[in-house]
Amino acid sequence: MIAKLLKNREILLVGAIAVLLALIALRFPAFVGPSNLARVYNDTSILIILALGQMAVILTRCIDLSMAANLALCGMVAAMLNAAFPGLPIPLIILAAMALGGLLGMINGTLVWKLDIPPIVVTLGTLTIYRGLIFLLTDGKWINAHEMSDAFKALPRLDLAGVPVLSWLSLLMIAVMFLVMSRTPLGRAFYAVGGNPHAAVYTGIDVGRTRFFAYCLSGALAGLSGYLWVSRYAVAYVDIAAGFELDIIAACVIGGISIAGGIGSVAGAVLGSLFLGVIKNALPVINISPFAQMAISGTVIIIAVAVNARAERRKGRVILKKAEAV
Amino acid sequence: MADAQLSPRNIPDRLEAGGARLMKSWEALLIVVATLIFLGNSFASPYFLDPWNLSDATFNFTEKAMIAFAMALVIISGEIDLSVASIIALASTAMGYAVQLGVDTPALVAIGLSVGLACGAINGLLITGLGLPSIVVTIGTMSLFRGLSFIILGDQAFTGYPESFAWFGQGYVWWVFSFEFTLFVLLAVAYGVLLHKTNFGRAVYAIGNNQTAALFSGVRVARVKFTLFLLTGLMAGLASVCLTSRLGSTRPSIALGWELEVVTMVVLGGVNILGGSGTIPGVVLAALIMGMVTFGFGLLNVPGIVMSIFIGLLLISVIALPILWRRARRRLAH
Repeated sequence: MIAKLLKNREILLVGAIAVLLALIALRFPAFVGPSNLARVYNDTSILIILALGQMAVILTRCIDLSMAANLALCGMVAAMLNAAFPGLPIPLIILAAMALGGLLGMINGTLVWKLDIPPIVVTLGTLTIYRGLIFLLTDGKWINAHEMSDAFKALPRLDLAGVPVLSWLSLLMIAVMFLVMSRTPLGRAFYAVGGNPHAAVYTGIDVGRTRFFAYCLSGALAGLSGYLWVSRYAVAYVDIAAGFELDIIAACVIGGISIAGGIGSVAGAVLGSLFLGVIKNALPVINISPFAQMAISGTVIIIAVAVNARAERRKGRVILKKAEAV
Repeated sequence: MADAQLSPRNIPDRLEAGGARLMKSWEALLIVVATLIFLGNSFASPYFLDPWNLSDATFNFTEKAMIAFAMALVIISGEIDLSVASIIALASTAMGYAVQLGVDTPALVAIGLSVGLACGAINGLLITGLGLPSIVVTIGTMSLFRGLSFIILGDQAFTGYPESFAWFGQGYVWWVFSFEFTLFVLLAVAYGVLLHKTNFGRAVYAIGNNQTAALFSGVRVARVKFTLFLLTGLMAGLASVCLTSRLGSTRPSIALGWELEVVTMVVLGGVNILGGSGTIPGVVLAALIMGMVTFGFGLLNVPGIVMSIFIGLLLISVIALPILWRRARRRLAH
């Protein structure tokens, strides 16, 4: 029983996060107070939403390097919409950002699906294109807090039952993704395509189209995160979230999502993000300079991959394990 | 990479011949693109054809191309190294630190190169020793190496390099031919010979096409891969020496984002990102194209970020065009 539990990556991760928190609590008990933990979660919410999208893409044996650029472009467009039409209702702006993000994801997906260009090449190209487009749109100008309407900036911070809307939104996305991954044909197709594309074809799954949907999903989530990022920090410029694509992939890798596709779970993506989030929030508290953050997250990624390596060699997730055992 | 099994490369003879022709026409396509950009540049600005200006233009690609040669081999073998830009930063930081201690030029170069080699060895050990996927390992070491630079430097910069050190980035070997450009030419020849004329090069292709088959036919897969990561590390160290010497200072953000530009250069040069095919002449042409695009846009005062749109579009369209072309021809044949 215990051996079985230790093999479960999600439980291992929960353990690792608990150990991490305990170590920090030894010196700074206030860090593990409920209100501070809620703050850490809130701080990590955007990363969680992005990691959920990246997870879907990585499960299908693809990768989306353009997520941070997509986020930045959608965030900029959301801010511009708000600055130009201050009366526009915020939900409409969020929908517009998600639609634009989804559209950008569709471009990635179409190139991967219809032209068979390797995903890493496609998203490497669109990464630079999407970020360049922000510059063309704005001429390099910033949109500052005073140009955004109060409602636009307030929404993520708005208190609902003691928890900010930002946290609620990430919880909602976790729930939605959990249902998609475990209860829909699409979620099953993600695993099947990543686990064994040839077998997936024979079971009637369109590999290309499944990947296309994964990219649409990651794009739409990047669009949502774009609005959240810009409104939370109340500023939009060309370089927001630059380099964040690697944080997102790191969160997925730490969460045990196999870069070779087919293995991973919603809980893994969430826990991987939280692991990075706890480290990020704890560093200033335990008096380590923020400059050390990159080195530490790099070391964590390498250790996480090394620990996961044994499990990676296993063949993909077997969906009908019970049926097979009979 | 992850998709390697999806497209089996043991294709029947006739298609293989078509593939070979396509490869040749790929380089032809690159030559056409390069010529067009060259002509476009010379019409766009009267200052373009000046030999000194052209010589200046080479700095836009020489340092990246040094790494791209080694990266081409790594990608042909089916792996990838995303940590190269961070290795530049760490090697440059180490050299800057040594300068503060009063170390002189020859030792500085030795430090730069050996930090590069050491970083390459770490990557190689993690990837071949533990059998980890290179894309994830090098994303990790990318943060790690750059993070170490940030820890050492903070928000400071190291300056005060000795005058003799400046030669590596600013010196001229003969008339307009800079040291860096000469190095680029020599390395292009050396890597061309290594990849296309030696058993080692053959092993690299074999590993990229079918690692298991290569292993069973006696190729020491782990050793070859380890050597390849040593090479990218060494080239990043060399590029760091040149770049640091050219800039005359070290900042932790040095060469930020270069890993993607180097990969773009390699892929634009016709190297299959999934491994198994590609040539050094293709990479040389891609380096020239990217250098000329950057330079031409610079002459026209186009901001760097708009250039990156163009390079992104170029990357996708150059990869997509042959695919569309092949498809159109097949449709016509039916």
